[in-house]
Parts: sequence; C-alpha cells; structure tokens
Amino acid sequence: MLQSRTIPCLLLKEEGLYKTVQFKHPVYVGDPINAVKIFNEKEVDELMILDITATRQKREPNYELLKQIASECFMPLAYGGGITNLQQAAQLFELGIEKVALNTSAIHNPQLITEITNIYGNQSVIVSIDVKKNLWGKYGIYSQNGTKKTELDIASFIKKLESMGAGELLVTNIDKEGTWTGPDIELIKSITSSVNIPVIAGGGCGSIQHIADAINLGKASAVAIGSMAVFQKKGMGVLISFPSTAELATLYQ
Amino acid sequence: MIVIVNYGLGNLGSILNMLKRIGIDNVIISNDPDMLLKADKLILPGVGAFDAGMQKINSSGLLAALNEAVCIKKTPVLGICLGMQLMTQCSEEGQLKGLGWIDAEVKRFQFANTEFKIPHMGWNYVTTTDVKLSTALPEQPKFYFVHSYFITCHQATDIIMTCNYGGNFVAGFCKDNIMGVQFHPEKSHKYGMSLLKYFIENFKSVTGS
Repeated sequence: MLQSRTIPCLLLKEEGLYKTVQFKHPVYVGDPINAVKIFNEKEVDELMILDITATRQKREPNYELLKQIASECFMPLAYGGGITNLQQAAQLFELGIEKVALNTSAIHNPQLITEITNIYGNQSVIVSIDVKKNLWGKYGIYSQNGTKKTELDIASFIKKLESMGAGELLVTNIDKEGTWTGPDIELIKSITSSVNIPVIAGGGCGSIQHIADAINLGKASAVAIGSMAVFQKKGMGVLISFPSTAELATLYQ
Repeated sequence: MIVIVNYGLGNLGSILNMLKRIGIDNVIISNDPDMLLKADKLILPGVGAFDAGMQKINSSGLLAALNEAVCIKKTPVLGICLGMQLMTQCSEEGQLKGLGWIDAEVKRFQFANTEFKIPHMGWNYVTTTDVKLSTALPEQPKFYFVHSYFITCHQATDIIMTCNYGGNFVAGFCKDNIMGVQFHPEKSHKYGMSLLKYFIENFKSVTGS
C-alpha cells in the first residue's frame, strides 16, 4: 500500500533556517545543512525547503547552498522561492532537486507550470497555494509569501493549475501556520475532493493526530510539518525531530 | 568503471551522490559512446515523458552504442524509472518505439476510484521474488515511486519485484544482463543504497550465474 508522506517543510531566510507563525515573526532555528543531515539520518519521506524572502527581494534561488543541501539528501527534495523561469528550474533539477514549488509565479505566469512539466514531467512541479479566510468566511488566495491578496477564485484556480500540468498542490491556511492547532481540514477536504492530483496539507500540524486527521479526514496524500519538525513542543526550544516509523505506522490503523 | 548514461533527461546528480555515499568512486556521468562501450556497468536513468526520452536517445547518438553494449557485449545495465520503461517495446504515453530489450509494454494507470491519485507518488512496499536480490535488501523493503505509467511484462519470468497500487504492477524486471526498477533507488535511503550496491557488486544476471 502507498504510504502517505510526512514532509518536513523548512523555511530558509538568507543562509539560515527560520520558523514563522502565521507567516510572520521568523525565529532562527539553525543551520540548514546540519538540519538536513539530521533529517536524512531519520530517513524522512521527503523534504521541502522554501526560501521565504527570495520573491519579495526579487532574488534567484541560492544555488550554492541548495547544491550542498541536495548532496546530503537521499530522499526526494523540493525547493520553492524566487523561481520565475524555466532556466532557473532547470538549474535546480541539475543540482539534484526533484521538485520545484511555485507560488507567486503560478499566479502571475501559470504558463510556466506547463513549460516546466512539458520537459521534466508533471511530478516535477508543486504549486503552493496560501489562503486565508476573510471576515465573511470566504477563502482568498495570497501571493508573495502571504503578503498580497489576489482576486482569484480558489475552486477555478486549482482546476486551472491541474489542467496546466501541476503535479501536486501544497495547500496552507496562513492563519493556521505555526500555531500547533491542527491543519484546516475543511479546506484540505474541499481541495482533495475537486482535483485528481496529490495534495499536500500544510500549516498547523502539532501532533501525530493532526497528521492522521489531514490524511484520514482531509484525504491528503501528504502532510507538510514545520514547527513539529524543528521545536520540542509549542513554546519550547529548538529540536530537529521527526515522528518515528512506529508512530507514523499508526496513521494507517 | 560505472557509467551513468547522460542522454539529457534525469536526475543524474542524485545517483552519483548516492553511489559516492556507498563508497563507489569509479563512476562517471557520460554522453560519450566510447565510454558506454568501455563501461563495466551502465545505469540508464530518466525522468519525464517516453517519447522525449527516446528522442533524446536517438538525437544524442547514443542508441547504437547502447545496443552494442547491452545486446552484444552484454554489459550489465540498470534502468531507473523512465530508463526502465524505455527498455520495453512501447508505451501508451507515446508513439515512438522503445529500446525493445525486454518483452513488455508500458500502460497508463487508470482508476475508477478517485482516491487513487495519479501519479503514484510516494513510498511503497515491494515484494521481491528473486532470492539473491531479496537477501541483499533490508527487511520490508520500501522505495520512493513517482510515475503515471506502469510496465506489463509479457514474460512472467522477467518479473523480479512487484508493488501494489490499485492492483499489482511490475516494480522490477530482469532478463540476462538487463535489470530495471520503476522506483528511484537514489532517493530511497538505505533501501535504495542496498539495491544500488547489489547491482554494482553482485549483479551479473539474476536468472543465470
């Protein structure tokens, strides 16, 4: 049986790893290479690195650092942040990165999804969608690392992404991110039930039960964990950690 | 010398990284036909579409060298993911003929149940029917898969590994000096390391020797 993936999602800012709450207040949690080495030893399913300032600084990915990270990763590796064209994606694949994650580019230039997937296959592109509920309870999509509201309709946008060739969708409710309160199951479920491609549930996981809920109730194919992967517990110190195989096995009972 | 065949598709760096990690240094990435013919073992990687892969093999001028190395010199070869699929006769994904080394074809996953997403992406357990390979792998071997098409072997004896996703499919095949795996050993931690180590150090022919 296919195992649902649990993916540590690490946030890069300059040369360091940071963790945010609701996309704000970045706290330094350590050196990225060191963290990646530990996740590799723990045999995580997959790893995702997101550069949270590249797009707003109009900066390209930090290829040198990513090359070092990729050489320590014996599991699939995804990278997102600052990717605006095919050539940049090609350079990332050459370094040993399997998947690129597009967020702002997928909104402003969805054609890029098709350009990349035509050459590297659908599995090579994750589109990351950041959403927030407004005062009336309606979801809206945000770009530029959650700082710019768009007018996109979520239901038609995800259909469009699928038809443009996106291989996976990472869905994050900005208000849940970093809160340890569990992912937005209602949101995840609405997405998984309307597309045929795998969905990664992001934002809010604080326990194994939350991961299980995203999979069993939300029908997510994978779950991205942030705080849980870098802190001991809510409000406590830094600890690079990942649920054990035995703990993850409980997800399937 | 191990040669990772560079025909312009596939995550070559990852394979090289893992071989180095398991202590295999005598390995190069090459698109030179002479190097392919000199190789002790070949690895044929690949990511992407079937026709794109065959076009690249044809246009890179490597087809003749590949055929000579594998079919005449009998150089052991390992196909990975698309590299494995290219070893068959044909694919529903494209119009071009495959390398035709294995009597098999490639079909698209089709599920009535929408809970089975396509591609089949993630970690899945495999059943290994070949004893030598089985003893070389850790217990309950699992590997990272990502593919929308799967292989159907016409000769059941070529199948050495199977996996289940909405039904059983071929995760590994082997015939004489030719071996192929649908998953990505280079992205499958210790399981992948064991498989690559087996191919490099012990594989001559699963059915023979």
